[in-house]
Amino acid sequence: MTATLTPPQEQKPAAAAPATKPKVPFKHRLNRFDVKASPYFYIAPFFILFGLVGLFPLGYTFVVSLNKWNLLTGPGGFVGLANYGAELTDPFFWNSLFNTVSIFLLSAIPQLVIAVLIAAVLDQNIRNKTFWRMSVLIPYVVTPVAVTLIFSSAFDEKYGAINNLLQFFHLNPVMWKTETFPSHVAIATMVNWRWTGYNALILLAAMQAVPRDIYESAALDGAGAIRRFFSMTLPSIRPTMIFVIVTATVGGLQIFTEPKLFNPTTATPGGPQRQYQTTVLYLWDLAFNRQNFGKASAVAWMLFLIIVLFGVLNFVIGRRIASTEARSSKRKTAKVLAAYNTQKIDNEAAGALALTAAAEEKRS
Amino acid sequence: MTATVERPAAPQPKKPNQAIVPGTRTTRPKRRKPLGIDKRPGFLTYALLIVFFIGGTYPLYWSFIAGSSPSSVLTQTWPPLLPGGLFWQNVGQVMDTVPFWMSLLNSVIVSTVITISVVLFSTLAGYSFAKLKFRGREGLLIFVIATLAVPTQLGIIPLFMVMKQFGWTGTLGAVIVPTLVTAFGVFFMRQYLVDVIPEELIEAARVDGASMISTFWHVGIPAARPAMAILGLFTFMTAWTDYLWPLLVVPQNPTLQVALSQLQSAKYVDYSIVLAGAVLATVPLLILFILAGRQLVSGIMAGAVKG
Repeated sequence: MTATLTPPQEQKPAAAAPATKPKVPFKHRLNRFDVKASPYFYIAPFFILFGLVGLFPLGYTFVVSLNKWNLLTGPGGFVGLANYGAELTDPFFWNSLFNTVSIFLLSAIPQLVIAVLIAAVLDQNIRNKTFWRMSVLIPYVVTPVAVTLIFSSAFDEKYGAINNLLQFFHLNPVMWKTETFPSHVAIATMVNWRWTGYNALILLAAMQAVPRDIYESAALDGAGAIRRFFSMTLPSIRPTMIFVIVTATVGGLQIFTEPKLFNPTTATPGGPQRQYQTTVLYLWDLAFNRQNFGKASAVAWMLFLIIVLFGVLNFVIGRRIASTEARSSKRKTAKVLAAYNTQKIDNEAAGALALTAAAEEKRS
Repeated sequence: MTATVERPAAPQPKKPNQAIVPGTRTTRPKRRKPLGIDKRPGFLTYALLIVFFIGGTYPLYWSFIAGSSPSSVLTQTWPPLLPGGLFWQNVGQVMDTVPFWMSLLNSVIVSTVITISVVLFSTLAGYSFAKLKFRGREGLLIFVIATLAVPTQLGIIPLFMVMKQFGWTGTLGAVIVPTLVTAFGVFFMRQYLVDVIPEELIEAARVDGASMISTFWHVGIPAARPAMAILGLFTFMTAWTDYLWPLLVVPQNPTLQVALSQLQSAKYVDYSIVLAGAVLATVPLLILFILAGRQLVSGIMAGAVKG
């Protein structure tokens, strides 16, 4: 594949060679062309393909959203922003946004807390590190479809394992698939189960990047393990936590598989009364069941803007926090290290230092 | 980035009175005061680890129990601890309901082609961005980074129209084409290669008369190999787990995920068969995990630091 990319660029100068500047040998000119053109040939496949299958469809979605457009009959006239207006006053659209955000919050917050806990446990000097690290990643290799099948069985209202258990403890069974809040909890559980271990490993990497010297000096100063965790570990991994939140946001706002397959017996995707119909699922229903491409494209573009907005917001906040954090933590680290060094010097090397200092004073 | 890829299995002489600091190179054993920060953790830590382990694996194990038993097991308050003997019978029903082998083959083809394409084009572009000088490099790289977070999944409507226009719906090409390249792949390879190849090596190859492409082939590719493996693993996983797009374009010629979801599309859902199917469909990735789990772990941890 790669080899086929070069021939055209080598032939071009060959044709032009005799006409201009005969002094420069052909080989050099070929070489110069190779140096100048090769980088573009290497990045070209990416940009061409990405433009065709990534950016063009996204841009064309906007064109479709400005038209009346049916799945079967095609474009039916320019309507301007009417599709957007119609969607912004459609209660189903707002319902889907509410569900998406609700499920996202129910999954992001507990996930982050538990992931930090797992990472903190893994960050210790445990035996069989690799085994335990791999073990928290097992849910990640179960595909979302399989996860949904497993959990939609466990959350079944009549025979599900969870309601069986609740009834054993004489609690009322929960209507996981018909009530709004329980269904959001159930769907968030699936997301959490699959992604918590993955995020824990990202946070673990950040924790391991914290220099151990600081912990040592803090321990010397008498800070216990819990104190060290809250005032040193957590602030140091904050940028990584924001990274995790951003990726969780971009993924969470596009959640589709879990609500689509949660309850297959309902005719409307996302629950009989759209209790857990997320925005992408709403888009899907609008485009491919109700065949309204125009409105569905408008929904796609509004969701796109929301995601980009969230991304930019997270990025800006993250950057600000990270930079102030880096500055203050740098200062703190420097202070702590200085204190630690003086202590060490006091204890161990005071004599040697005094000697050097004296020697230097003598010299000057 | 290379420095942060952990080699967890570094053999270290373990003496009980000598604390080993994780994350530092222990070429020379360091003597440290027993400050209590790197001592072996106690019982509570392992108890928590076991809890996480059970939490992560029990749902899968439970599916195996339910998938190997008659559906009456699901109504019991306490599911049995050991799997029943009906797994193969339930698997047989799965295969009667959906075209399992065909969909497995489809998934293998789709994921493999996407992986090869993403890794090849990402390495090529990443190498160019990391090590070659050309006009517009900075601008184009910023463009790549800016598109990292663009949810291309939202372009499904025009993509679907195009696929229909070309008559590709129902063919595997329709599944493959939209994910032939990713911005993440290019950025990932660039970040890796920028540190890992010394400029002198490229210059030396050029002085020896190697063309640009053969420099890439003999210097770039060997250096990029570890990152290519990690990118390949994650691309394969992502392609394998994708559901929305294949469901749209190849419902009649399904990938494994689509076939699996069709198990429960009936009015009456027999969960023991559905769960047998879920377990069966998890086996390929579980095998991949057993073979390459370490690389997955170090890939996630490496990506975190710089990503």
